[in-house]
Amino acid sequence: MELLRFATAGSVDDGKSTLIGRLLYDSKAIFEDQLASVERASVQMGAEYTNLALLTDGLRAEREQGITIDVAYRYFATPKRKFIIADTPGHIQYTRNMVTGASLADLALVLVDARNGILEQSRRHAFLASLLRIPHMVVCVNKMDLVDYDEARFDEIKAEFRDFATKLEIPDLSFIPLSALHGDNVVERSHNMAWYEGSSLLHHLEEVHIASDRNLIDARFPVQYVLRPFSNEWHDYRGYAGTVVGGVLKPGDEVVALPSGFTSTIKTIDTPRGAVAEAYAPMSVSVTLNDDIDISRGDMICRPHNRPTTGQDIDAMVCWMTEQSSLVPRTKLALKHTTRTARCLVKDLQYRLDVNTLHRDERADALALNEIGRVSLRTTVPLFYDEYRRNRLTGSFILIDEGTNNTVGAGMVLGPSQ
Amino acid sequence: MNTYQLSHLEALEAESMHIIREVAAEFERPVMLFSGGKDSVVMLRLAEKAFWPCPLPFPVMHVDTGHNFAEVIEFRDRRVAELGARLVVASVQDAIDSGLVREETGPRASRNRLQTTALLAAIEDHGFDAAFGGARRDEEKARAKERVYSFRDEFGQWDPKNQRPELWSLFNGRHRKGEHIRVFPISNWTELDIWQYVAEEGIDLPSIYFAHDREVFERDGMLLAVSQFVTVMDHEEVITKRVRYRTVGDASCTGAVESGASSVDDVIAEVASTRITERGATRADDRTSEAAMEDRKREGYF
Repeated sequence: MELLRFATAGSVDDGKSTLIGRLLYDSKAIFEDQLASVERASVQMGAEYTNLALLTDGLRAEREQGITIDVAYRYFATPKRKFIIADTPGHIQYTRNMVTGASLADLALVLVDARNGILEQSRRHAFLASLLRIPHMVVCVNKMDLVDYDEARFDEIKAEFRDFATKLEIPDLSFIPLSALHGDNVVERSHNMAWYEGSSLLHHLEEVHIASDRNLIDARFPVQYVLRPFSNEWHDYRGYAGTVVGGVLKPGDEVVALPSGFTSTIKTIDTPRGAVAEAYAPMSVSVTLNDDIDISRGDMICRPHNRPTTGQDIDAMVCWMTEQSSLVPRTKLALKHTTRTARCLVKDLQYRLDVNTLHRDERADALALNEIGRVSLRTTVPLFYDEYRRNRLTGSFILIDEGTNNTVGAGMVLGPSQ
Repeated sequence: MNTYQLSHLEALEAESMHIIREVAAEFERPVMLFSGGKDSVVMLRLAEKAFWPCPLPFPVMHVDTGHNFAEVIEFRDRRVAELGARLVVASVQDAIDSGLVREETGPRASRNRLQTTALLAAIEDHGFDAAFGGARRDEEKARAKERVYSFRDEFGQWDPKNQRPELWSLFNGRHRKGEHIRVFPISNWTELDIWQYVAEEGIDLPSIYFAHDREVFERDGMLLAVSQFVTVMDHEEVITKRVRYRTVGDASCTGAVESGASSVDDVIAEVASTRITERGATRADDRTSEAAMEDRKREGYF
């Protein structure tokens, strides 16, 4: 059974929680005691109906205010797939929490209220999903019951969204008309929309083809930990442990270690289930080589003729995530990239992007909380990176404030600075 | 033909091993919490795999309430010996004896909350800077919100409204002296995943997870075992039932469920069809209020 991670964004008003509640309930992932607890809480809060949002809004502050503040993770499975939902807040104030939940998603659900059409919030969600390179997007046109299940209205919204989406990079875009409240096209195809010939949301989630999303071409193995047993039985064992983040590794492959540039060949690949003939993302393995070469944490093992870019001057899109400071030129920060840690200097803020209109403000001189912009960085040591659009794991980094130790920025590499 | 696609258990296993190795690589003094419960048994198995053929590069710690199921302690010691691991016991009894905490009194007294003090004291005494816990996000709504790396201040407190963003597989473990990070490598596993993995790997578990006859009585809709740690009240009737445990915690507040599931496969079938969550069915400690878990976690609970 495969694993599919998807992210939802939205507020209670979009019907996001109702939709998740419906998916969980109909796939029997909501338990009786959870439902009883939600019913109790709803009554206590004076709600007229059971508020399914209380299933995911688990923090006291969220229940008090009736909003989603932080990501909640929910799980359900069908006979075909296991699903991890990152249920994220939709409000602009919590963009950083949305980005947290969406960073590893295979698929994004963007909710649109059929009555209101595409509002600023939906545009922002779609933009962030494309910025994070979530490979699949499903636009759920919800509350179709309130527009009389009207095909023309659905087509209108679809056309408007497609028009906007041409400015984004979304490899796979689908539209589903549904009513989360009544269950139309959520789990079963709706009888109210005979004109709709596509699949129900759940069917789409079960069938969407994700196997081709991973990069199986560029072998990338950031060394995480060196295994040296120092025991008699394993006297000469020296394993380089880590997670394969791209390509395929096989025993016998010629490899090069960066930054040293020394080459060797792979002797064995050990996994939790024994030695294997091939390793690929996202397997956690231990690689042994035929030569003793100096390799430690933070080094990158790859193929000699397919190497990541090595460099210290990098351009990236950065999302700033703290209200305690702003990102301005000359800021110094710690940076984590693959298994490598460095420090960096912000050399230039090229522009700030308006996440609602996609307008580039080249006169901006700072990025504040939840703002996104193109930044040039200089790092203290070379990084071994790919463009984020080519590999989400060798193309991403986080920025850490060395004074507060907080994670303050998320970066997606565009390439070497010009 | 290789489809280059991992099963969901393989993907979860790889993610957990990645997290465990990150901690071993970046922290000076990590420790892995180990209660003998199924989640910590699976977590320990993942750690064993992450460092094979090396021994575990950190000790394991049991926060011992003193109210134990004998089968579980026997299992704990056997497993630790098999691995050649170092066991640290943080004892609630010692904390009571030394006056660090005061024990609740009355028939409903529980040492659940006292575990937090014993745990934080042990973390401080040993200078641990990271503590692995086997909590899962599907267990409880406050846990569903918690990061894999959960920052704790010098009082061990969790601040749910101010969590560090956590993106991709990049974890920020930075902290000052006296602060620490709780790390939850099996955050994304569900109860069913745990049992499927136990089956796939042939993992040994304490016998109380499987059906057995036990003297129990009903309290607050739960079946509590008769033991020296609980006081059966006059109106409570003791009966022998065929039961098993879905979770293992303090014997005074962990309930059994009626079950005939005597093998791992039976348990998987039972878990797959159950309509009650494991904590809802078996944990009195979560029933204090809607936010009982969040409140305890803020104070430094697991």
